[in-house]
Amino acid sequence: MSNLVKPDYWKHDLVPGGEQKELNTLNLGPTHPATHGIFQNVLTLDGEVIQGTEQTIGYIHRAFEKLAERRPFYQIATITDRLNYCSSPINNMGWHMTVEKLCGIELPKRVEYMRVIAMELARIADHVVCNSVIGVDTGALTGFTYIYQQREKIYDIYEEICGARLTTNMGRIGGFERDFSPKCWELIRAFVKQFPAALQEFDNLLVRNRIFMDRTINCGSFPADRALAYGFTGPNLRACGVDYDVRVADPYSGYQDFDFIIPVGQNGDTYDRFMVRDQEMKESISIIKQALDKLDKLSDKKSFTADVPAWVLPPKEEVYNQMEALIWHFKIVMGEAAVPIGEVYHCVEGANGELGFYLVSDGGRTPARLHFRRPCYIYYQAYPEMIKGTMLSDAILTMSSMNVIAGELDA
Amino acid sequence: MPAPAFATRTDRDQLVIDSLTSSFGESVVSCQRITDMLVITVKKPVIHDVLKHCKEQLDFNFMTTMCGMHDADRDMLGLVFHLQSMRQGHRIRLKTETPMKDPVFPTFTDLWPTANWMEREAFDFFGLHFTGHPNLKRILNMEDFPAFPLRKDYPLEDQTREDKDDSYFGR
Repeated sequence: MSNLVKPDYWKHDLVPGGEQKELNTLNLGPTHPATHGIFQNVLTLDGEVIQGTEQTIGYIHRAFEKLAERRPFYQIATITDRLNYCSSPINNMGWHMTVEKLCGIELPKRVEYMRVIAMELARIADHVVCNSVIGVDTGALTGFTYIYQQREKIYDIYEEICGARLTTNMGRIGGFERDFSPKCWELIRAFVKQFPAALQEFDNLLVRNRIFMDRTINCGSFPADRALAYGFTGPNLRACGVDYDVRVADPYSGYQDFDFIIPVGQNGDTYDRFMVRDQEMKESISIIKQALDKLDKLSDKKSFTADVPAWVLPPKEEVYNQMEALIWHFKIVMGEAAVPIGEVYHCVEGANGELGFYLVSDGGRTPARLHFRRPCYIYYQAYPEMIKGTMLSDAILTMSSMNVIAGELDA
Repeated sequence: MPAPAFATRTDRDQLVIDSLTSSFGESVVSCQRITDMLVITVKKPVIHDVLKHCKEQLDFNFMTTMCGMHDADRDMLGLVFHLQSMRQGHRIRLKTETPMKDPVFPTFTDLWPTANWMEREAFDFFGLHFTGHPNLKRILNMEDFPAFPLRKDYPLEDQTREDKDDSYFGR
């Protein structure tokens, strides 16, 4: 533009020596298809670079801690289903184990191994969801459509164990509601046999895929010291290089009998989180195989509950035909079992971190206070720090790789 | 042999008790093992210093969780911390309480940033205030919610209902 035609209003509007800058505000959510759940983030953007984030959560808050104060111990298991609904059995078992720890109930080895099988299946189901969704968010829908079949197979196993698929309410305080059926064992064995090939197929699509690697490496990386300060646990912490796993650090339900590797990453980026979950699925399959072997070697082939009549419902045929069994059944369901006064913290390695239950009992029918340590709730607060200075499209990917589950976040 | 579980590290318990009682003297109200974990109750004025001491001197690098409590009988609000030392494989529980009239604590976000949302949760549900907190507002409930719902005096159901007899259900 020549000096002749240059409009002179330029002189007045521009700040001398620089251009005027304005930040954009963008509402990401609450219902955004790319966030896979109800999360609101008010982003402050400089062009496409994120400068700040204001998070709003609580859209599906259901006051579980308050509800639990009015429910007998037996009925709280259904609340835990709805925390991380991608891996309900882990939550159920965690709750049962908390009450068992409070009451000093010891389980037979067979039941512990059966629980390990259920929990590892749940872990695989959860990681399948998370990893395939990372693929979807990078634009690779194919892996998702194939690997989701495996989740269906796991849900078929759940259905065989407890009759439900998503909100499972699996197991009871003191064991399981019934023994695994022969068909269930058959399904588990079939699953263990065919899953590695299916996972390999999924890996072939993504793990060494140049586009996927370019998209995820160094996307949303987080250093280990910040991760620890923010209370990260589970795959997100291990992706940063910290080998903390509750199954090893504080073993429960017979995990000390198993031989498995804790995969760790290095940079704590999206690719590392993906790879940690990917390897964990393989370790889970190995754990299930070991559990099946151990169960074969056990002389105990029958027990599916501990010997605690105060907690375990009598068989249905007795309930329908004998008065005593009916009364006993009713007493258990109404929460008449004697609970010691005390408090206990029990944690399990949930699919996305350390899921803890802090239970305070005053000897009453319901807990005096029950606090859930929900891993999502604790690590999601680091999200603004993780995405500061990155692109908007990386923020979407970072969120899906963190495996934030709305049900657990909002409790 | 498998490593001993975190909470069964009784050898570390005594070390923690000795260190805290020598540093804080009478401000440490009680130290006892409940079920499987060392539980230490301290007086409110020293709670921030105790946590700092635990973090810097006793190697408790990780705040597992923090939650509020309400003791309706004694009219007290409390805070419960679970700390964990990943290197030593040890967990402890720290407790402190304050009268309902004075529900103010110093913020713990300077020690662990993870305390941020835990404090907001305690504020939201119990009405505990944390001075120095960067952004203390309700987190899970709506902002103009009129009560602190996890206090025991907050009714769970509509109390005008007459078709239910709650005496069957304990509290």
